[in-house]
Amino acid sequence: MPAGLFWFLAALSVLSALGVVVQRNPVHCLLSLVLTLLAIAVLFIGQDAVVVGFLQAIVYAGAIMVLFLFVIWLLNLPAESRPTGHLALRFFGAVAVAALMAELLVFALPARLQIRAAAHAAGYGSIEALSQTLFSEYLIAFEVTSVLLLVAVIGAVALARRTTAAEMQERGAADKAEIEKAA
Amino acid sequence: MVSLSWLMVLSAAIFAIGVAGFLTRRNILVMFMSIELMLNAVNLAFVSLGSRMGTMDGQVIVFFVMTVAAAEAAVGLAIIISIFRSRETVHADDLTLLRW
Amino acid sequence: MIELVVGAIEAILMVLIGLHLAIFLLYFERKGSALIQDRVGANRAAITGFGRKLGLPNLGIVNTLVADPLKLFTKEDFVPDGADHFLHGLAPFLALFPVLITFVVIPFGDTITVGGYTFNLQAANLNAAALYLLATIGIGVYGVALGGWASNNRWALLGGIRATAQMISYEIAMGLALVSVIMTYGTLDLQEMVRAQGGVWFGFLPRWGIFVQPLAFVLLLTAGVAESKRVPFDLPEGESELILGYMVEYSGGKQAAFMFTDFAEQALTAMMLVTFFLGGWQVPWLYRDGFHLPGGHLIAVAPLAVSLLGVVSFLVKVVVLCAFLGLVRWTLPRFRYDQLMRLGWKGLVPLGLANILVTAFIVVAAGGTH
Repeated sequence: MPAGLFWFLAALSVLSALGVVVQRNPVHCLLSLVLTLLAIAVLFIGQDAVVVGFLQAIVYAGAIMVLFLFVIWLLNLPAESRPTGHLALRFFGAVAVAALMAELLVFALPARLQIRAAAHAAGYGSIEALSQTLFSEYLIAFEVTSVLLLVAVIGAVALARRTTAAEMQERGAADKAEIEKAA
Repeated sequence: MVSLSWLMVLSAAIFAIGVAGFLTRRNILVMFMSIELMLNAVNLAFVSLGSRMGTMDGQVIVFFVMTVAAAEAAVGLAIIISIFRSRETVHADDLTLLRW
Repeated sequence: MIELVVGAIEAILMVLIGLHLAIFLLYFERKGSALIQDRVGANRAAITGFGRKLGLPNLGIVNTLVADPLKLFTKEDFVPDGADHFLHGLAPFLALFPVLITFVVIPFGDTITVGGYTFNLQAANLNAAALYLLATIGIGVYGVALGGWASNNRWALLGGIRATAQMISYEIAMGLALVSVIMTYGTLDLQEMVRAQGGVWFGFLPRWGIFVQPLAFVLLLTAGVAESKRVPFDLPEGESELILGYMVEYSGGKQAAFMFTDFAEQALTAMMLVTFFLGGWQVPWLYRDGFHLPGGHLIAVAPLAVSLLGVVSFLVKVVVLCAFLGLVRWTLPRFRYDQLMRLGWKGLVPLGLANILVTAFIVVAAGGTH
């Protein structure tokens, strides 16, 4: 990946990440997040992780963020009048973030990252290589993840649906029966 | 190719911005978006390290992180919708039921 | 260096082909629909009385191709009260841009050798091009979503929400159809897929994808038409119900961009179907050295003519398929919204999954990908 492209994408992703946390209108925050995700997807593709980069664009930026957008619409959220919390929260937040950043920078120093660069095998980042590793070493994790997705779908539907009138009546009848039994 | 350090610094920066957003913003949806920022920063770190080491493990882990993020986003947003239905607000300071 | 220049020229060429196809579709919409519905269609425009002075009848083509775009681009650009100015302007761009950049990965010919240089007649030779298609179609959802929301209009928002839900549902069906095609050809590269569709079976039947994956063809056709929100899936646009649905508060050039997206996506659907199922640029029985007709005849053709015949064949197939999609538009009534979603989730997704299962069995039984 040419260095100029990396610096452009780095600046873009940092600026749009800042846009997420600074802007008042939730939809603008969401669009900044989509831009960040796409910049990171291009960073993936630039490092030969082609399939994962495209998956990031398809799944993350194309589906999960649309889900966020739907919820923002559903709740009809306006632009906020008081975007951030009170002063003490902001102060301690800043201190915590500064400490975190300092610590992470220590680990990012070249002296710490003693990883020898290994050449990429032919077909690195292709879908064959990804599936070879995925279905051999990480097979159990893969199966568990599919169960996780099923559970998430069921949970989301159960949480977000409205109780129908019939169910409300049922609950009312059950409560009444309990009261009668206790009396 | 840029050195690995700069990629790690970028990942750390996006992670720190995500933490800042999570701690300071009070709108639950924006806090959720900050969580997604943090997850993406970690994804970037995984892919960069995996690419440097020449193995596919980093990318497989990113695959799983993406899947878990999708599941978590679905359930989290369903919870937010339920909260909104009963409390009519998404401002975190107004959700004080568990406070003493 | 020369690859860069050639790639840029090919990219511009592909985008221009896409745009011109969109204009052709607009003309076909006006005059073709008039033919089907037994009326005359648009025929009331002439430039400073040009046609009438020469005694020619007013040409509908002037109306559609010249007067209409001129009118659209010179109209006032009106942003409604209380609407988000930035998003109102961004939405048409976000809708049109992903469709245009998708045209560059479609191969429109085999390699062509001119003056010692060999060019690949595909603007961008990505080896994960099928994923790129899905990615850009996924990004195209945002233009529609924001267009509906940024108009500060309840009915536009309704159209936008419907459109977004429809697009993300049929994206899944499209992805599943593509997965079975990818399994059949064993590659994500579009040029390789088209090359694998050369040759014949039984001596006369061209090895097109539609004979190997008929169900996937039907799935992709339906999902593609639903993605581009064409009738019978054009409920987001609404015409008789929501006027223009998510586009209702747009005027002038922005509306032209949205309309263009509609037709450009239809052209893109046609190109995808041609590439995956109808042999792309393959002419039946045409090989590198000439025609090998069934029956044993051999007609020798120059290599340059072979490449050009491939390009012509691609264009002919795309135009025929676009005309077919236009015919579908003027024949079928519109789906109701719940019928639409039911078809997407309960009809196409299970069929797609079943298709993947069957394809997987056959591929493994045939001993790997062929």
